[in-house]
Amino acid sequence: MKLLEVKELLSAEVFCGEEFLETEVDSAFGSDLMSDVLAFVNTRVLLLTGLVNPQVVRTAEMMDISAIVFVRGKCPGEDIIELAKSKNMVLLSTKNTLYTASGKLYAGGLTGEEKGE
Amino acid sequence: MADGMKLQFVVDDGDFTRAGETSSKVKKTLTQLGFSPEVIRKVAIAMYEGEINMVIHANGGTIDVEISSEKILIIMQDRGPGIADIERAMQAGFSTADSKVRELGFGAGMGLPNMKKYSDEMEITTEIGKGTCVKLTINVKG
Ligand SMILES: Nc1ncnc2c1ncn2[C@@H]1O[C@H](COP(=O)(O)OP(=O)(O)OP(=O)(O)O)[C@@H](O)[C@H]1O
Ligand SMILES: [Mg+2]
Repeated sequence: MKLLEVKELLSAEVFCGEEFLETEVDSAFGSDLMSDVLAFVNTRVLLLTGLVNPQVVRTAEMMDISAIVFVRGKCPGEDIIELAKSKNMVLLSTKNTLYTASGKLYAGGLTGEEKGE
Repeated sequence: MADGMKLQFVVDDGDFTRAGETSSKVKKTLTQLGFSPEVIRKVAIAMYEGEINMVIHANGGTIDVEISSEKILIIMQDRGPGIADIERAMQAGFSTADSKVRELGFGAGMGLPNMKKYSDEMEITTEIGKGTCVKLTINVKG
């Protein structure tokens, strides 16, 4: 799924990386716990999270995750946006909760990252 | 490839917002040196978990990285409280992290097992009240 479609399905606001919205993501992972992102993600996913701090961007960087959707209407601060920009990342925000956002994307054809391939 | 390249970094005490900067720098360096994405990913994840542990559990310290065409060696030395029971700490799900750390998105007790998973060798030496040293080796194949 193209990030542009993610943006439309979730009526999301784009904070940075507008120029990368043509990028494709193959699957997604949703969690507020970065420990779990580090332990369970094996592929390049779209990350959905309700956690907003610089470590979300750093975790994504280590995992080669290029796009993050903040759920429940959470917005990243300037420091987080600047950090994401320097790593060519796309930051989005939706008013939907994690469950609803995930459901919309899943229904749209974006499946989940599952451990064990 | 740059054989025998040595890098040293200081990890700041308790500065959570900057935790991960060292791992980010090393990831960039390895990318520039042309290591495979697989090797870079292993180093990045294992080192980042270790760096976060140094900040949230251990008052910071130093990280030494030795890069050669055969292996990448990461030595993380902190001045924290030490680990009383390493075997227990290595178990998935064991964590002494407080609610503050959990609010930041960490403290699931997955870090050490994950470092083991992504490294080819892992050695922990620790002394109560003095600090902990975690040595990680990632082999470069092919
Ligand atoms: N460098 C360290 N110094 C002192 N104690 C440590 C250190 N690293 C780990 N520990 C201890 O081992 C426990 C397990 O570490 P581990 O990294 O597996 O989990 P965590 O850091 O608590 O949570 P997570 O890594 O999932 O965010 C920690 O909760 C802490 O008690
Ligand atoms: Mg940890």
